[in-house]
Amino acid sequence: MEVSRARDYVYSDTELDQSESKVIEELKAGATEPFVDPDAWLDEELSQNILLTTADWLINWGRRSSLWPVICFPACCAFEFISVMGPRFDMSRFGMEILRASPRQADVLITAGTLTWKMAPNVKRIYNQMAEPKWVIAMGACGISGGIFRSSYNVVPGYNHIIPVDVYVPGCPPRPEALLHGIQMLQEKIAKRTNIIKE
Amino acid sequence: MTTSLSTREIAGQISERLPDAVIDAADAAILVNSNSLLDVGAFLKNTPGLDFDYLTTITAVDYYQYFEVIYQFVSIEHNHSLVIKTRCQGRDNLTLPSLVGLWRSADHQEREIYDLMGITFEGHPNMKRIVLWSDFQGHPQRKDFM
Ligand code: SF4
Repeated sequence: MEVSRARDYVYSDTELDQSESKVIEELKAGATEPFVDPDAWLDEELSQNILLTTADWLINWGRRSSLWPVICFPACCAFEFISVMGPRFDMSRFGMEILRASPRQADVLITAGTLTWKMAPNVKRIYNQMAEPKWVIAMGACGISGGIFRSSYNVVPGYNHIIPVDVYVPGCPPRPEALLHGIQMLQEKIAKRTNIIKE
Repeated sequence: MTTSLSTREIAGQISERLPDAVIDAADAAILVNSNSLLDVGAFLKNTPGLDFDYLTTITAVDYYQYFEVIYQFVSIEHNHSLVIKTRCQGRDNLTLPSLVGLWRSADHQEREIYDLMGITFEGHPNMKRIVLWSDFQGHPQRKDFM
């Protein structure tokens, strides 16, 4: 009795094996030498020192790591700011060791004190003289809202009435640690910026 | 230490020269008529033995019915001191004579009182606001200022 085949092959197994064998032999014949590393022209020293990143990241890193504050010390919060500048709390750990007397050389304005309306035009002028990009940290209750002097006839109820504010640091006055935390929050904010926009 | 002179004694001396000037001398200060303020000032400054060559402080108080202005004098020569008060009634168009002609130190203090209390000092060479800006409305140290 003839046993019927379980399957009808379109082509024979033998042909399939032969064509497979041919492909393998051809590949093998052409693969005698390893591919050349495309970066091989870089010597070892150089290749270990190149880091690939985005332009945005690099720009933001530069900006957030060298924030230079401008002097704006209208009232008592200034003393906490001064201690942050001093060796005990040492703001220079965050790349901010230089306090600029000229707004043209500064990146960040820290509002260390109560602002009166008589003084307000001068603070606005200082802010306008700062080069872009620039940031503002509202330090203390007075900087945020006018604080306990809010209802006075001569106090600006918050710096955000005259200039845009990026980070608010509450306290009367804030502890130096709080100001440092506020500065780190500003650095996180800067790290998220998009500087280069594709057309 | 600086001696504060007896107000009664000095009030007596003033009354001898200026009969209408002194209103009251019971307290630690002599209350004088505002019309006589300049004469009293000249008397205190120029009388030998008193020689009040230094006006240290001028302050003002709002008592609603009237404003009281307080002058504190010191004689550096004799190391004694005296307090003089004067009043202006009402709340509008308040004027007092300026003491700048006698003591230069009155200059800024009278301007400050004008700025914050609204009392005009007649004869002051530069009667304008000193702290607030010139368009500011009102005088904020007055008790009815809102
Ligand atoms: S927040 Fe407090 S410590 Fe800071 S300026 Fe205002 S009153 Fe002074």
